[in-house]
Amino acid sequence: MAASSCRGVRSILWKYGSCGKNFCVSRSKTVPQLPVRHICVSSALWKKNLAAAGPQKFTLEFINKQVEEFEIGKRHLANMMGEDPETFTQEDIDRSIAYLFPSGLFEKRARPVMKHPEEIFPKQTAVQWDAEGRPFHFLFYTGQQSYYSLLHDVYEKILAMERHQDNMRNKGLFTSETKQILLTGSRWLLKEEIEEYLVENISDHDYMRMIQLMEKLLSMPYCSLEEEFILKFRKQLEVQSSKHEIPALQYDPQGVTFSVADGRRKTAKASITLRDSGSGNITINGRNYLHYFPLLQDREQLMFPLHFVGMLGRFDVEGSVEGSGHSAQAGALRLAISRALLSFVSEGEVEKMRQAGLLTADPRIKERKKPGQEGARKKFTWKKR
Amino acid sequence: IILNGITAHLLPTYHSEGHSGQYYMLPPAHIQKLFPYGLPPRFQLQIKTFNEGCVMVRPPALELISYLKRADYSKPPLRYVLYGDIGTGKTMSLCHALHYCYTQGWLIVHIPDAHLWIKNCKELLPSSSRPSRFDQPIQASQWLKNFKITNERFLSKVQLDRYVWTKRESTEKGQPLGELIDQGVNRMKSSSDVVGAVLRELKLQAGGTTEGEGAFKLAVAVDGVNALWGKTSLKKEDRTMCEPEELTLIHNLRKMMKNNWSGGAILTALSQTGSVFKPRSAYLPNELLGEEGFDSMEPFVPVSVSNYNEKEFESCYLYYLDRSWLQHPHSRSEEGKKELIFLCNKNPSILERLCAAL
Repeated sequence: MAASSCRGVRSILWKYGSCGKNFCVSRSKTVPQLPVRHICVSSALWKKNLAAAGPQKFTLEFINKQVEEFEIGKRHLANMMGEDPETFTQEDIDRSIAYLFPSGLFEKRARPVMKHPEEIFPKQTAVQWDAEGRPFHFLFYTGQQSYYSLLHDVYEKILAMERHQDNMRNKGLFTSETKQILLTGSRWLLKEEIEEYLVENISDHDYMRMIQLMEKLLSMPYCSLEEEFILKFRKQLEVQSSKHEIPALQYDPQGVTFSVADGRRKTAKASITLRDSGSGNITINGRNYLHYFPLLQDREQLMFPLHFVGMLGRFDVEGSVEGSGHSAQAGALRLAISRALLSFVSEGEVEKMRQAGLLTADPRIKERKKPGQEGARKKFTWKKR
Repeated sequence: IILNGITAHLLPTYHSEGHSGQYYMLPPAHIQKLFPYGLPPRFQLQIKTFNEGCVMVRPPALELISYLKRADYSKPPLRYVLYGDIGTGKTMSLCHALHYCYTQGWLIVHIPDAHLWIKNCKELLPSSSRPSRFDQPIQASQWLKNFKITNERFLSKVQLDRYVWTKRESTEKGQPLGELIDQGVNRMKSSSDVVGAVLRELKLQAGGTTEGEGAFKLAVAVDGVNALWGKTSLKKEDRTMCEPEELTLIHNLRKMMKNNWSGGAILTALSQTGSVFKPRSAYLPNELLGEEGFDSMEPFVPVSVSNYNEKEFESCYLYYLDRSWLQHPHSRSEEGKKELIFLCNKNPSILERLCAAL
């Protein structure tokens, strides 16, 4: 920074002789006897160009010091809250901070937070070269040393596997039916996740190449030898995506099973009782559903969950709903009926219902009106001039 | 054709509880004569589509017919009021009972919808006979034409009184009813008064107190009877609201509703669909008739009409299937039937609308 400003000054010096500031790097032989001209340069030139420096770099000692302070602070916090400092987990810290510093901010990320420095400070690479300026890693001058070293490792493994294969063939023990790695239920790490793992930026093209290389490794027989290495780059998907709370089955004094559930859609709240009595009556807010929903579309919404499961004439529905308009009320009731049905229905059916979209709450709400516009999206009339 | 219960051409006299849920066919000649405007519009469309009119025999209609069979006609007429939720079949039951009366040879005074007389009238003339009343020439002449078609055989009846219409026109004593009606149809100005005169004549003659050959029974059928005592949506020339009292037609009809004559029956049905200023959820007699109407109609025999039960729904469904009205292949299956039951909750009119779309 200082070097460039000096250069600028020196060029001015060269043209006009001396300058008004104290940065005179003057060598007597280069200063000609020319008339002096005062050049006033704005102080903006002397300010540091912050953007060009890149993200802020933290030294290793700084990070270590932060970690020590965090540990000590954790123990202090545990003492303050009256709990055992030895068994004070991160959830306890979050709870205590939320209690001591209650914040009314809507943005969760703006609230006060106390976490381990590793989660707060971004991961940075340590200094890659020694005191003489020689880099440690042999691939340093590629620019993306960890990425290319990973590719290099994978290729090494491929070669090793081929050699192993040749050995087995020579011994006559070659079989193509070897143990295959189970790949269902997991996916490759995303580009962002790879970047986080390697602590450097890679392009889409690089990511594709890496995945292709891994696939090549997988396609060879005997790939089960490298199973552990490959699984490091695969992420397990959630085993059961249908983690819905099934409402409990309750019993009436007459012995009739019933269940209670709620549903919401766009400010409309509905709450229903589903009874297994054998008639198909539906009462909403005390009125027959034929009167409450004169529109066919609303009644079809009510019919959908029962029809999907195939239990149309079996249940009695008693519901109360309030708020919003008729369509939203119908949607809320539909969600409530689907949730109540979960307790009457088997596991496979639950999965089918989830895939049909019966159990997902519709997140759409009315969009906020913005200033400078008529409505949420509509703009004022555009005048060319 | 007896198709799972359609007993064709069986007259309403022979209908009994055993026939409940089965369809019977209205003879086309009767439809043309008796019901030019009496049936609900959607049913008329259905008749045109299927080329025949089939009505389901249902308990409310059977009840009405049994009362009519057992009533004593030397006493003042009984008033029957059909009431029920929207679309449950009040008008259809009324028409069924009226068909029975027609086949028995009664004289039919049928007002298809009294609501048409209290709203959307283009011409409202001040009455020629009384200064404070208003006439509705179009509606009156329309009704007279229908009356003529329905009751052709009674047109040669003898009438009693002398009526003066204008300075030059008057109807003398002893002239047949047909001429009176023609008078009303031709001269639009006095048609409402003609209606009043006709009603009065019929009231006086219905008992059969005159010579034996002139004895007949009178059936007064009014659909949408709650229109007579509600509010109108018509305005006078000075932009104030009209009362039903001030309309000649309504006034005469109210006189008809009183049971100070003998030898007939008054069949009425309430209707919310055409009514003005009444909430949609109202269906009980005291809600729709109002206090005034309830007091004037008392005492009456209420007959409640409700949605289809299982058997009736089954019958209707099979009828539509038989006529190939349900085109969608899924509607023939059991699940399709369950869906239909759910969506319409066994309400006849909603079922009909639903099936029309399939």
